[in-house]
Amino acid sequence: MERELDFEKPIFEMQKAVEKLKSVSGDNKENFEVQLGELEKKLVERKKEIYDNLTPWQTVQVARHPRRPVFFDYIKNIFTDFIELHGDRCFGDDQAMLGGFATLGKKKVMLIGHSKGKNVEENLARNFGMARPEGYRKALRLMKLAQKFNIPVITFIDTMGAFPGLDAEERGQAEAIARNLTEMARIEVPIITVVTGEGGSGGALGIGVGDVVLMLSHSIYSVITPEGCASILWRDASFSPKAAEALKITAKSLYELGVIDEIIPEPPGGAHTDSQRTAEEIKKVLLKYLKKLSSLSTSKLINKRFEKYCSMGKFTR
Amino acid sequence: MPWFIKTKSEREAKKKLKDDIWVKCNSCKAHIFKQDFINNLNVCPKCGWHGKITAYERIGITLDSGTFKEINETIRPSDPLSFTDAKGPYAEKVEASRKKTGLNESVVTGTGKIEGFPVVVAVMDFRFLGGSLGSGSGEKILLAANYAYDHKIPYILFSASGGARMHEGILSLMQMAKTCAGVARLNEKKIPYISVLTDPTTGGVSASYAMVGDINIAEPGALIGFAGRRVIEQTIKQKLPDSFQTAEFVLEHGFLDMVVERKDLKETLHKILSYYNR
Repeated sequence: MERELDFEKPIFEMQKAVEKLKSVSGDNKENFEVQLGELEKKLVERKKEIYDNLTPWQTVQVARHPRRPVFFDYIKNIFTDFIELHGDRCFGDDQAMLGGFATLGKKKVMLIGHSKGKNVEENLARNFGMARPEGYRKALRLMKLAQKFNIPVITFIDTMGAFPGLDAEERGQAEAIARNLTEMARIEVPIITVVTGEGGSGGALGIGVGDVVLMLSHSIYSVITPEGCASILWRDASFSPKAAEALKITAKSLYELGVIDEIIPEPPGGAHTDSQRTAEEIKKVLLKYLKKLSSLSTSKLINKRFEKYCSMGKFTR
Repeated sequence: MPWFIKTKSEREAKKKLKDDIWVKCNSCKAHIFKQDFINNLNVCPKCGWHGKITAYERIGITLDSGTFKEINETIRPSDPLSFTDAKGPYAEKVEASRKKTGLNESVVTGTGKIEGFPVVVAVMDFRFLGGSLGSGSGEKILLAANYAYDHKIPYILFSASGGARMHEGILSLMQMAKTCAGVARLNEKKIPYISVLTDPTTGGVSASYAMVGDINIAEPGALIGFAGRRVIEQTIKQKLPDSFQTAEFVLEHGFLDMVVERKDLKETLHKILSYYNR
């Protein structure tokens, strides 16, 4: 049995009931079939109801769910022929940031993303998806390669943030991210970004300056973690749920603020309950936007990207 | 009341008098005669510690006298998230900061001259909400870059900021992409972009326009870095040396061209500009 989140309790209880009914009904199946069908229908409805009404803090829990699909799942379920390319040509090969050639349907693309692990060993090897400067530099190298090969770039964001470590600072974490933001503004091929789990601040934006930015319905994207914000502005991390609400970090909020272009729906019960279906939904939307962007000339593409980011923000004149 | 007990107002008056006359150096802890400190450009005459200066003071000591023309001075924050934290609404903080500093945003932008060379400048002011990068500041930095682009004039940007402004949520993060897009465009017309990093330049500001100058200059001792010291210490479970994330540390690791004392900055900028063969 997988670990449940607090608000998922009713779902798990109903699931248990369904299983129980299935096991007792073994012999006289027909008698229970109607009830079973009804109960299963109710379960789907309840799941949908709960997941349609998550609070921002609950959404944070879903976005960080230990069983939520990771970049590897998406590579496997959305793309074919992934050819991983390694290294930043300066220092090393960051395992928290992966990339390479991949095929989407019939389209050749450059695929880049934060790579979280599925268990403790994987996460230690991948630093929980928190990239160091060499990760951002590898990403930029691959984007420039995509430009040379004239293929679009697709980036998958799922990170708590860029790694806050001594070595990362020494090797210029700030410069690496800043360089990516600057270069991505002028990359001469389409860039599509999907936030699949956590969009953690500069560490997310460092591969997130897309022509089109998409979010899974239960992912989050924020300037700071709710915990970080609570400990600074409330001086107490226990105010994280409050901070999560105030920061407006859900896909819906970002769509309303004009920061993202579309919300990709997750299956009822969240992406972690159906990795395959989540992948299919993403694939559909990616193909749609690839087609749309490929019709633009290079100069139009870059001008539109420039205007998109110039128009971000709200202030009084 | 006994003679040795002072009332609150007496204590405050005495402290104010003290603050009016003396400044305590943050580094060597010496008490400095305030007028000497000001005459020395807010630098400790004893140990060379560089204190903060306001945006207009910076403009005063950098540009040729009478050449500064401010642009977009009316841009000010709105409150896109209706944000409220433990200390109250963001909108109130903005008003308090505007009243205290006389500024509308955390950055002042405009045009002027350095030893006759025309420049576009953007100068951040740490007093305004910790110099944080909000939508208004991002817009001003972008518009100044666009002015430099349209008129083919070198762009000089002085940073002094704790990073992105949390109170504007994701919109403040997007200012990093927005400002970098503005700066990136300058390359197309081969327009120089000089970044001057002053104390402090951290978080989202270091991870955007501040670090991508064609030339990066910092003032001595300035705090420059991405993540906060406390966060890093908690992550790696070890104490960091005092020199960590100082301008000198960042220079040593190859991310700055030079560390220049405040009194020499104008001359340094002038010399660099003189190499720009328009």
